[in-house]
Parts: sequence; C-alpha cells; structure tokens
Amino acid sequence: MTLSDDYLKYPKRGHGMDHDRYTWSQLHERPPVIWPNGARVALWVVTQLQWFPMDMKPAVPVPAAMARPYPDYWNYTLRDYGNRIGVFRIFKVLDKLGIRSSVAINSALAERYPYLVEQVNARDWELIANGLDMGHPHYGEMDRDEEAALIKGVLQSLRGLSGQKIRGWLSPIRSESMNTPDLVAAEGIEYLCDWANDDMPYAFETTAGGIHNMPHTMELDDQQILISLRHTEREYVDQLKDQFDCLYAEAASQGGRVMAINLNPWVTGQAYRIKALEEALAYITAHDGVWSATGGEILDAFKAQT
Amino acid sequence: MLREPELYDYSPMADRPKITWPNGARVAFWVAPNIEYYELDPPINPGRRAWAKPHPDVVPYSHRDYGNRAGFWRMMEAMAKYGVRGSVSLNVALCQHHPEIIAACNELDWEFFSHGVYNTRYTYTMSEAQERAMMEDVIATIKDCTGQNVDGWLAPALSYTTNTMELLAEYGVKYTCDLFHDDQPQPVNTKSGPLISVPYSLEMNDTVVLSMMGKSSRHYSDILKANFDQLYEEGAENGQVMCIPLHPFLIGQPHRIGNFAEVLDYITGHDKVWVTTGREIAAHYYQHHYDNVVASLAAKREAR
Repeated sequence: MTLSDDYLKYPKRGHGMDHDRYTWSQLHERPPVIWPNGARVALWVVTQLQWFPMDMKPAVPVPAAMARPYPDYWNYTLRDYGNRIGVFRIFKVLDKLGIRSSVAINSALAERYPYLVEQVNARDWELIANGLDMGHPHYGEMDRDEEAALIKGVLQSLRGLSGQKIRGWLSPIRSESMNTPDLVAAEGIEYLCDWANDDMPYAFETTAGGIHNMPHTMELDDQQILISLRHTEREYVDQLKDQFDCLYAEAASQGGRVMAINLNPWVTGQAYRIKALEEALAYITAHDGVWSATGGEILDAFKAQT
Repeated sequence: MLREPELYDYSPMADRPKITWPNGARVAFWVAPNIEYYELDPPINPGRRAWAKPHPDVVPYSHRDYGNRAGFWRMMEAMAKYGVRGSVSLNVALCQHHPEIIAACNELDWEFFSHGVYNTRYTYTMSEAQERAMMEDVIATIKDCTGQNVDGWLAPALSYTTNTMELLAEYGVKYTCDLFHDDQPQPVNTKSGPLISVPYSLEMNDTVVLSMMGKSSRHYSDILKANFDQLYEEGAENGQVMCIPLHPFLIGQPHRIGNFAEVLDYITGHDKVWVTTGREIAAHYYQHHYDNVVASLAAKREAR
C-alpha cells in the first residue's frame, strides 16, 4: 500500500473553518445575549416523536432501528410505546412544571397519529420537522432531486396537518447530505438542529440565504445517555443538573445561555424513568431566571439582538 | 511484521532504580489537552477511515468542533484556576485555523507538542520520506507560531509506522507519549539519538473513559481520584507520573467541567505533587535519571 503525496497537501489550511457553512468564533467572545425578563437560561425541551417502520431499510445505520429478523415486533412496538404511553407521561410532567416544548415529529408519524399534532397545538407548542420517518435518514451522496422532493413533501404534510409555519428542521438521526441545509432553507426553514458544536444559536449559510443552527443537544439526549452509554437514571439526572449549574453560573457573567434537553418518549417515558426526568426538570425550574421556550421563540429573541 | 515493538527492555517496577522528583514529590502530575482540528472531508488513508458515514458526517464533526468553539475556554479557565499549565497535544493546522486558541495557551506559558497536522491525517502507510515531510512541517509550524521547540510527540490519532520512533530521535524530539507500558518515564531503544517515553496514562483519557467506556462525568472524576490516590501511595517508594489526557469537546461540556475542576482541586491540594508539564518531566528525567536507568538496563541485558 502506498499513499499519494497529495495526502500531505492541505488546501483548506487557513484561518477559520474548512467549509463555508458558518464562521469561526468562540462562545465566550461573543456579545452577551439578553433573554426576555433578564432570564439567565432559556430552557429548550425538544420532545421527539418518531416512527420506525417495521420494513425500514435506511441508507446509513440508524440507532434504535429494527435489529431482529422480520417481523421485528420487539423493536417496532417498543418504539411505538413512546407514542402511545410515554409521550403523555412526559407531557404531564411538562404541564405540571409549566414547561413549553418544541416537538420534533416525523411527517409520516403525524399522518398516522394526528392526535399527537392536536395535543401539541392544544398547548400552543411548536412543531419541528424531523424528516419523513426513521427509515429515511438524509445522507451524503443522496440524490439531490430525491431529497428536494422528500423535504417538500414533509413540510407540506406537516404544515397542512398542523396549520403551523414549521420553522425548524431536525434531520432524522441529525444526518445530512451536503444539500440538506440549502434544500430546507429553500422551503422556508429558519433553523437547523443538526450541528452539535455550540451552546447558542449561530448564523448558518445556505444557497437559499442565511438561517441559524440551534444548540439542540446530543450529549444530553436521553437515548444517548440511557441507551447508548447505558448510564443509570441517577446519572442521567446528575448530568442534567450539572449541565444546568454550569450554564446558569456562566450566564451571570457571559449573558444568556440555552439549555437544551432532548427527550425520546420510548426512553424517558418509561414508567421507571419518568420520575427521574421530573426531578431534573423540577430542579431547573425551581431557579429564578429560567425561561422555558420553544426553539422559534428562542431564535426570535436571539435574532432581535444580533 | 514484528512480534513486539522492539522499543524497550522488560523492567519490572520492583527491580529498577528509584526515581525522584523535585522537592520530594511522589507524583509528577501533568495535564495534556488534545487541541485538534478534524477535517469535514479529509482524503482517504487506507489504514483508517476518518468518518463512519459518507461526507458530510455532521454529528461527529460538529461534536469535535464544539471543543474549539466552546469547550476549550472552559477547560482552560478550570486549569488556570488551579495553576495547572497544559501540555498541548496539538494538531498544528490549528495554528492556521484557530490562532486565537494558540495565543491563549501561549499566554499561560503552556507547552505545545506534536499531534500531527490534522487529526484526520493518519501516519499509517506513509513512506519514510512522507513521514519526514510531515514531521518537518509540524516542527517548523510549532516553531513559527509559538517559538517553541517540539520536545514531545503523540502521533496524530495515535497512528504510526515502525519508522516513527527512530525518526523522532533523529529530529531531536525528546519524549514520546505513544507507549503505555509504564507509570514512569522509560528509555526508548533508538539508534539516532536518545528518546524516552513519558506516561500519558491512556486509561485516564477522557475519550477512553467517557466515549469508549461510556462512563458518566461523575464516575470519571472518581476514576481520576482513585488513580491518583494509588500512585500517590506508591510514589512514596518510587516516583510516579500521572497524566490526564483531555479533549475540550468532551471535558469542556457544561455537565462535565465542574466535576473536572473538583478533581484538579483534589489533586493539587496534596503536598507531594509536582504539578508540571511533559517537557519538564522529560528534562528532569534526562538530567537526573536517564544515564543511571540506561546503565542499569544495560547491566541487566549483559547479565542475561
């Protein structure tokens, strides 16, 4: 095996990033952001409502996909538990604590279970488009026309079903092609949730104009912590509290911060886990200066001063 | 292929010369932040793929970018608070991409050592000429951007060839972080000049504990403290080294930084700890112990 000498050439070795999607900046050097009523932390809860089709054949690997020989009732029904039982445990906790949520939903699930869309609208919460279903992650090398049609269909469906504008986009498993940001922006999306590189919203360039990326959390995703890393419920609660303590303290000197919490109802909505979630959220909301808001509300407050 | 690295002699801890540290310290403690740049679309190396998914692999790329945008500063402030200077394992392209970070480290008198050009450019399958070109680039870039000589080396993404150690000795690099066989510095068997290994405590690496082993932040703190306690005890007999290898994209996350700061508070709160850098450990070892240890190893080789 020989390596081409081109391997030692570095055409993008210059100031800033090695791509043009966003500019390089350090969080602590940016002007402080002030949230409504002087809140220190904007609490952004994102509940994810997803459909894992039993015949799914995703182009790239999907965590929590069907994993057993067909018909995989085990995994299909366990995910579906979240949409039937778990989600309402979560909503009950959020209602009790006065917390608003953005709800990221697969359009195929919204069509199958419109009751879930009604529940979101009844609370005046925001829907985020989470692609078609979990069997259709976007991916590098995906055909551009196929992706454009898929995105158009997802947004038409969700806008029609909910009457909402649908401003945010979360790709299934946060996986994008090189075209995804351009294509969703062309369909009127104002913010992306896929990039895990910041604690605050930041400007993101597309061929259809500037949008933003929101600090949707990967590290504090319940599936990541409880399923992938197999932490205990106690450890999950500790991580949420530790995250909040750091951001709350930092906000005192550096301006408002966003604390995102990402919930998958088939994970945190299990009977034995819901009290852990409630403990963490009650801890956070017991502090002064916590503003519970949707992604669109946080983005509006951010854009008004940047 | 070799059946063993052929880089060092067997030397059990119970049967070797005693190592001492300045002021009677039992443990030389150093922290090695890996300050890295991962490319979104690097060229392919036949030895390893950079990303699992077809370009663009947004999640792992952006997760690592978090370290430079947000995590680095938190980590740096926590270290500065406890008087811990970093020994930076540097992807040198960061000198061009993010010189602001280099300047902040330089201001705190941190050491820079080599972690290659990018963490997405592996040494695997490089010819000797290619590896030389990469090393010369790294040494010149660190000198130009920081004024420092490259005394230490951790191969980019821990990727090597069997030429690596000999070339390091030839280029005057003083220590390698790539061997995990010991809790003390050890001579490396090179022909073109002296080289030692300085313990980099791979099992204390945040990537290993948090990502590969999947432990929680508080559990990581317990691991670091337990490791330190044991070495502190053993250091009463024979001086030990403990390193904490870090990645700002992991340790600089809001839910981890407070727990890490507590560990620094705990370790630096001990009397017999030498809070130092990789370069200073190597220099002390060369000055006070290297000749003696080499002579002892040679005598044992002769006796066999």
